[in-house]
Amino acid sequence: MKKVMMGNHAVSYGARLSRVQVISAYPITPQTQIVEELSELCARGELEAKFIKVESEHSAMAACIGASAGGARAFTATSSQGLALMHELLHWAAGARLPIVLANVNRAMGPGWSIWSEQTDSLAQRDTGWLQIYCESNQEVLDTTIQAFKIAETLSLPVMVILDAFFLSHTYEPVDIPDQRGIDRFLPPFQPKVKMDIRDPHAFGALVTPEHYYEFRYNIQKAFERATGVIEEVGREFGEHFGRYYGLLEEYEMDDAEIVLVTSSTITSTARAVVRERRARGEKIGLLKVRVFRPFPFAAIRQALSGVRKAAVIDRNISFGHHGIFFSEIKSALYGQPDAPRLFGFIAGLGGRDVTPETIHDIIDITQHESKPQQDIYWIGLKSAGQKATAPKTAAVK
Amino acid sequence: MLEIRIHGRGGQGAVIASKVLASALFMEGKWVQSFPAFGVERRGAPVTAFLRADDEPILLRCQIYHPDHLMILDPTLIEAVNVTDGLKENGLILINTEKSPAHFMGLGPFRIATVDASNIAVRHHLGTAEHPIVNTAILGAYAKASGIVSLDAVVKAIAESVPLGAEDNMAAAREAFERVTLPAERHAVADLAE
Repeated sequence: MKKVMMGNHAVSYGARLSRVQVISAYPITPQTQIVEELSELCARGELEAKFIKVESEHSAMAACIGASAGGARAFTATSSQGLALMHELLHWAAGARLPIVLANVNRAMGPGWSIWSEQTDSLAQRDTGWLQIYCESNQEVLDTTIQAFKIAETLSLPVMVILDAFFLSHTYEPVDIPDQRGIDRFLPPFQPKVKMDIRDPHAFGALVTPEHYYEFRYNIQKAFERATGVIEEVGREFGEHFGRYYGLLEEYEMDDAEIVLVTSSTITSTARAVVRERRARGEKIGLLKVRVFRPFPFAAIRQALSGVRKAAVIDRNISFGHHGIFFSEIKSALYGQPDAPRLFGFIAGLGGRDVTPETIHDIIDITQHESKPQQDIYWIGLKSAGQKATAPKTAAVK
Repeated sequence: MLEIRIHGRGGQGAVIASKVLASALFMEGKWVQSFPAFGVERRGAPVTAFLRADDEPILLRCQIYHPDHLMILDPTLIEAVNVTDGLKENGLILINTEKSPAHFMGLGPFRIATVDASNIAVRHHLGTAEHPIVNTAILGAYAKASGIVSLDAVVKAIAESVPLGAEDNMAAAREAFERVTLPAERHAVADLAE
């Protein structure tokens, strides 16, 4: 069944179809509608789940940890400051190997207080031991939420599903909703390997001496190394069931591309339109969408960019004192590769600044024009002091 | 691709209007994308909503700067904000007003249609005389003025989207469809591929 729905509700439907059993969340713009819809589904009896209201995001994650440790399929959603407040327990969820799924709506961190889109909130949780998957459309949001549970439960690791504030969260577009029976075949009930059970008591979260802790970390890293294959396998299996295939990366017009744009999230969509336009003019431009950020798909990136002359990485995020975060990860993936492209790093769209076709054309033009990068970071659309905001000259793409 | 911008005030239903119109166009086989101006909404303050419709999947994920059509739910917005900003030449403007299109010719080289949606809304018990909810009436008028979507689809989308008082909203849309005053020179532009 196809329905015109907002990105936030695409998450809610994904969680519902996955038959989540415990939802715990605290409201925050622009996420609130995700859990609002789920709470209404619970209240109407359309979803047999326990909805736990809490006083903070920290408690929301604590409740999910308890529920997951008890063997329930647990879900939460948050954004920006809320995700930051969860930080301590994000480490806990991963260290305890709990397959919790969290939807994060990418919103810029304050101050300056902002409700608009930026990826720095989730990327700042890079080292917490959560898988991170970035979505481009409401369809991908729904499909990825369902896949996330399967990936999480296969690996005993938590998964973050990430969508842009407003560009997806509040945007309505057609979404194909898979039927429940199909989802039940794809995603059977959660069967925990270990769970808290009063009939079979164990100690959880006890002190771990240096004799054992080191191996725990090694095992988490080994699970992440397996994760690339698991994500690909789950994406392929989802495709076999529902006709929509997903992987670590997506290549668009890459066959003979000399210059490749590297993007994530919704900037990818607008970039597709621009690549199509430049291809029509005979320019050999391609696009590489990075869907999975953790585990970082090193091998796939190396393969995709092998032999490409120049690549332009567009980051809607910044690691202060360093670079755009996707840019630095891609740079490290390409280190020592003999046929690696010249890498150009672009920052665009921070704090929800619009990334229009014009923005992407500018990025392509700079990359075409320069034989090698003239700046460590190209800030696109930066206003000089005292300059007023202006609408882009044109945003028209046929 | 067709791009539409809707201007209203918080409480008039501009955002819902863009969503209902998206559903109606989707029923008729179009790809659609509808979104509010990304910001904070307050009752009475200017609100903007956007809609794209096309025969193929929509790739652009940015705001609309050069709309083909405008809907103005409150005529006092014409004094308050630059409503015609970026509107394409010969673009359609549908205004909720009791005045005739001729009254608004000063807005520029555009095609202007008018409908007294406030009056229609009040008579169908939608909101109050001070705060009529005009979104469903304006959509009925838009079906006629634009020619890009059928009244049937609009009415059906209203029935699916409005939980309470769907009958009144559907009747308002039908009445506005009949009562809209069309632009003088021609009736409608229906070419999505333009």
